Amino acid sequence: MANAKELRKQIGSIKNTQKITSAMEMVAASKMRKVQEQMARGRPYSDRIRDVIGHVANASPEYRHQFMVQREVKRVGYIVVTTDKGLCGGLNVNLLKAVVNDIKHKVGDGIEYDLCLLGNKGTQFFRSYGGNVVAASNHVSERPQISDLIGSIKVMLDAFEEGRVDKIYLANNIFVNTMTQTPTIRQLVPPDAIEDDSMSHRWDYIYEPDARELIEGLLTRFIEAQVYQAVVENVACEQAAKMIAMKNATDNAGDLIDELQLIMNNARQAAITQELSEIVGGAAAV
Amino acid sequence: MASTVLCSIVSAEEEIFSGQVEMVIASGTQGELGIMPGHTPLLTGVKSGPVRLILEGGAEEIYFASGGYLEVQPTSITILADTALRADDLDEAAAVQAKQKAEKELQDAKADIDFARVAADLQEQAALLRTIQKIRNKKH
Repeated sequence: MANAKELRKQIGSIKNTQKITSAMEMVAASKMRKVQEQMARGRPYSDRIRDVIGHVANASPEYRHQFMVQREVKRVGYIVVTTDKGLCGGLNVNLLKAVVNDIKHKVGDGIEYDLCLLGNKGTQFFRSYGGNVVAASNHVSERPQISDLIGSIKVMLDAFEEGRVDKIYLANNIFVNTMTQTPTIRQLVPPDAIEDDSMSHRWDYIYEPDARELIEGLLTRFIEAQVYQAVVENVACEQAAKMIAMKNATDNAGDLIDELQLIMNNARQAAITQELSEIVGGAAAV
Repeated sequence: MASTVLCSIVSAEEEIFSGQVEMVIASGTQGELGIMPGHTPLLTGVKSGPVRLILEGGAEEIYFASGGYLEVQPTSITILADTALRADDLDEAAAVQAKQKAEKELQDAKADIDFARVAADLQEQAALLRTIQKIRNKKH
């Protein structure tokens, strides 16, 4: 019967798809373990340096680096970290939605914006959305190197130094656990001061040797560490989201196969019954 | 009981140490530093060399940091090291070998080498060896 044949073909192709998705799930799972480790190891450094910079922002130093100065905001910059490849559920969509929301707020307040995009998906999205893209880096590999990122970030930092943007935000997904990744937008430059009552009085560090040199070095490391960590975290998010998306796809394919199998069996059984009744009917007629 | 302060040593790759200490001894860019609880806020660079921690109760631990920054707050001490190593991970044979190689390269004037890089290399290996020797002395 034609119907059964068609169904069999359909089941075959879904089974093939299922094989692919389950293989991708396993690949993502093993990659996730690796990048998760990398992410966990980098986290203490980026957290601590954020604390230190937060303290420095609270101090009242003799020397103020221009990255530490709050200016009136006319134009802001976003560094948006997305993945290179798709098939990872709503990961990029959620992040880009959050960014677009933020941008709409800013535009509503009469503030313009520049974009620095790390990752293919962000570039594709903003190509159709519009927006002033000043830098883009499309191939953020699974083992990102700081040196690969420096170029794009430098464009933003130069813009800040020249006064073209007054604030820089860093947008990326934060890895909470395998099931949850939250899109976040954090202020990168000027760094936020840590809210702490014990620091509200006027104080300053003793600098050895020189405040300027130290703060400059620290800030460079701070920005590098933050962006690097954001990228690594995004890679971990990507693999986790991919794993979940592929697991869902595999499960769905399984459900679909079960359903089709049932329909096919029904059809086959109906054909047999029909044939039997035809034979019986034929015999009775003779 | 002596008072203690929270100290953490982190490098870009991982967290090396975090816990209560009585005293931190590190080599800052301007000289050796000994920091005790309640120190005034201080920000300084760290030279490559040993970082000694006097733990609660007087036990001593030695780590190796190759450059970085040291931040002191009255309630916490943070060392942001470029690379830091646990003392157990230090490999003396490898350090001696690397130091000799750097020395040789420096003497070999004909070779087309980046003088600054090799000199920095030599300095770092020498600092590593100093750390290892310090640990040795402690053990004997």
